[in-house]
Amino acid sequence: MGATVTTATETKVWGGGNEPMGASYGKLMMWFFIVSDALTFSGFLAAYGFSRFKFIETWPLPDEVFTHFPFMHGVSAPMYYVALMTFILIFSSVTMVLAVDAGHQLKQRKVAFYMLLTIIGGLIFVGSQAWEWKNFIKGEYGAIETKGGSLLQFVDATGKRVKLEDFVVQLPEERVELKRSNATWYMTEAETPTTYSVTEVQAAFKAHPELRVRTERIYQGTKEDLADARLEKGVQKVKHKEILTREASQKMMDNAHMVVEGANLWRNEYGSKLFADFFFFITGFHGFHVFSGVIINIIIFLNVLLGTYEKRRSYEMVEKVGLYWHFVDLVWVFVFTFFYLV
Amino acid sequence: MAHGHEHVSNTKRIWQVFGLLSVITTVEVALGIIKPEVLHTNTILSMNLLNWIFIILTVVKAYYIVWAFMHMEGEKASLRWAVVGTVIFLILYLVFILLVEGDYIYGVFANSTIKWNF
Repeated sequence: MGATVTTATETKVWGGGNEPMGASYGKLMMWFFIVSDALTFSGFLAAYGFSRFKFIETWPLPDEVFTHFPFMHGVSAPMYYVALMTFILIFSSVTMVLAVDAGHQLKQRKVAFYMLLTIIGGLIFVGSQAWEWKNFIKGEYGAIETKGGSLLQFVDATGKRVKLEDFVVQLPEERVELKRSNATWYMTEAETPTTYSVTEVQAAFKAHPELRVRTERIYQGTKEDLADARLEKGVQKVKHKEILTREASQKMMDNAHMVVEGANLWRNEYGSKLFADFFFFITGFHGFHVFSGVIINIIIFLNVLLGTYEKRRSYEMVEKVGLYWHFVDLVWVFVFTFFYLV
Repeated sequence: MAHGHEHVSNTKRIWQVFGLLSVITTVEVALGIIKPEVLHTNTILSMNLLNWIFIILTVVKAYYIVWAFMHMEGEKASLRWAVVGTVIFLILYLVFILLVEGDYIYGVFANSTIKWNF
């Protein structure tokens, strides 16, 4: 029970009177928790790497997916927003170390001030992540899934992305949503109906001869790629998605199976189905860590205000939550690299 | 404070590390947006130079976060090894196994007679 006694002399003593590895009990256990959590996160990121290597030819290009910035509509700003989020998190890490540093000097008010800044930084980060999720789920361009399960996106003759809403016209259709009142208990609508139906997109595609289909495959510029008659000449860029000729596009469109708008756990308009799953799971799990970090920080912040650590003459609790908070920042550094950069 | 390490204020170093981390992040983002042709198309050990730079810079960032912010530099060598050694070994092992396997499965799909993406 030694660890729970709050007088200054006894907090530093493990039961037997010495400190293995020169660290207090709480700090060492926090380190070991961090080790296990780090392995959990690396498991997720390694699984992401596995799936990406497995579908290396067709994986979505992240800088085409995350292009939004608040208050800048229609502007493609790849990476700027995540970069901003990264800065916010690094900065909240800095205020956390400053709090720990002030704790060493037993400056209660300074600790409280820096803790407050850290909490605010954490909240801004979680909020930013929510906004990022919103954009990801809503989507921007829309796409078509073929019967074979591959994804078709639309570009004009120069290779610029075209949104579904820019060329598809809603036709008067007889399609009626299945309501509870018309259904028996086992009948449900498969998914929320999309804005446009497959027939509408197909008709609109026929009516717009300037449109082309962009496949999931990444153009490599190899000899086979150059000889491929299905690929439009002159618009291909190495390490970008392949653009088909009008004829090949038309052929692919005949195979259309469903309209995909935005992202969910089953399919997404960006490409590989697994991409959205990993996005939700990894950034979600990290966001959950940030969220719980904020909660823990608030508890410690209140304790600082109440003078709990002032009475103990030791701010080691601040140091311990600090370790956790830095770890969350550390994980984000890796998520940032492997999800957005590589 | 019957603790091993001294408790002088380290504010200057904290801000220095913050500056360094910011510079590294800025460089990463700039490279990610520009994607210089030379770096993006040339590969070493079957990974392009751009990705090598990203990964190395990330490890540098991680080093500074753990060493300066989490104050690993002030801990005993035994604690450093117990934490960092374990994590690095297991992560390298896991990543090696999974990436090699992923690449193998890619090959199976690519060379199979069944067309799976159409």
